Amino acid sequence: MRRLFPHRYLILRRLVQVSILLLFAAGSALGWKVLRGNLSSSRLLDAVPLADPFALLQILATGTLVSAEALLGGGIVLVLFGVIGGRTFCGWVCPVNMVADLAGSLRSLGRDAHASAALSGGPISRKARYWVLGMSLVLSALLGVAAFEWISPISMLHRGILFGMGLGWTAVLALFLFDLSVQRQGFCGHLCPLGAFYALAGTYGFLRVRHLKDRCTLCGECIRHCPEPQVLPMVGKHSGAVLSGECTNCGRCVDVCAEKAMRFGAVSRAKARQDHEGG
Amino acid sequence: MGGLVWAGFIDGKKAYPTVLRPPGAVTEAQFLAKCTKCGLCAEACPYDALIMARPGDGRPLGTPYFRMRERPCRMCRDIPCTAACPTGALDTALLSGPDKAGVQQLDIDRARIGLAVVDRETCIAYWGIQCDACYRACPVIDRAITVEHLKNDRTGKHAILGPVVHSEHCTGCGVCEHACVTRKASIFVLPRELAMGEPSEYYVRGWDASDEKRINNSAGEVTTTTPRSGQDPLEYLNREEF
Repeated sequence: MRRLFPHRYLILRRLVQVSILLLFAAGSALGWKVLRGNLSSSRLLDAVPLADPFALLQILATGTLVSAEALLGGGIVLVLFGVIGGRTFCGWVCPVNMVADLAGSLRSLGRDAHASAALSGGPISRKARYWVLGMSLVLSALLGVAAFEWISPISMLHRGILFGMGLGWTAVLALFLFDLSVQRQGFCGHLCPLGAFYALAGTYGFLRVRHLKDRCTLCGECIRHCPEPQVLPMVGKHSGAVLSGECTNCGRCVDVCAEKAMRFGAVSRAKARQDHEGG
Repeated sequence: MGGLVWAGFIDGKKAYPTVLRPPGAVTEAQFLAKCTKCGLCAEACPYDALIMARPGDGRPLGTPYFRMRERPCRMCRDIPCTAACPTGALDTALLSGPDKAGVQQLDIDRARIGLAVVDRETCIAYWGIQCDACYRACPVIDRAITVEHLKNDRTGKHAILGPVVHSEHCTGCGVCEHACVTRKASIFVLPRELAMGEPSEYYVRGWDASDEKRINNSAGEVTTTTPRSGQDPLEYLNREEF
């Protein structure tokens, strides 16, 4: 247990990610009714509709109205992740996270801490994803189809696992190699419009990582392991919670902080903002 | 620039013309807009006939379609695939209508997945060999496919019992394509837009009073103008070369 404790959120996250995938797979292959469909839209326990709110937004951008069931499903998911906050979908549900994390780990393998920190830079800006998000909606309107859904490696991987991969593995491999050789979290943290969507939707959620400055020894482990290090500007400077919706709530910083200076907490954005200003 | 590549990729993939959608699909353009590629229709299909297009299949990515030669639509009476669609890309309203008693009912016979087309050159029934595999397999037998008795002009002595598809009743389920005995099916389902023509309003079938009603739909007087139609016919007759 002692050896697993520094990885508790990582293990929990993998369990959640794999369980969701397995429940979908059981729905598809064995007819289980817990979760049927896929991340685009699904039914929970054969009753509750769930849908990808960003996919629906793109469909609405084409000028097409979908059925009330789909809108309700999208609303449920949006409210769920909006209330939890951050990019919790990315950290805890999205299957691409496992591919990106694997690439990220391999990238820093065998390198000392400083070298791997230097490797976290790259050619693409963290803001690029918001442009891709905007372009998804513009292209959807122009082409009459949900534009990102046609090229999304998330759907390709997820649908591939459930319904057969075809050549979809090439897209997943491309993403993996891109993350490995060009930029750490190159797709998830820089380009993915779904991540950008959830970053905006999750800005006002309540689940936030809190930093306690008094415990911090400035070891820098949290920032080194964080897939979105720009959300931790307060570390070592003042106590307070993460403000940015770009945080995936993955809890890796909580895992790796030996001094317990990082913790999950329920903090409203207003409160978090006050802390920073007072900090 | 990335956006242009992105748009070009989608536009190229969108243009796949021979894709056969599940029963109750709205028009292809609407379908592509509404389908979220969730696969609930494919999961609902008890025969696993619906395929979710994979990268490399050449079809619009992630959308459901049939390969009739492998697994045709078995025309379930409760139409689970259509009922499963959460977005309305498949719409049960398109498959509902009053039954004989006037009650609104789901009716799979209203499905128009495509239209079966016979290649008379390779269909062995049209060679004079007795084969009625498609006719016998057809779930809408004697309405969607009938057998036509023809004289075999090739031999001069024998009969041909050839299958004929009627678009009014064919659901495009593809069971005929699945059943066809030739190496590559000689009866196969195509999307209706590809398989059917459309007469203009100004052609009316003779000796059929009801067919004249189509004129009522006409947008108004239709005339055809060509460079030649402006000329006086006499001018043409008086030309030297004539």
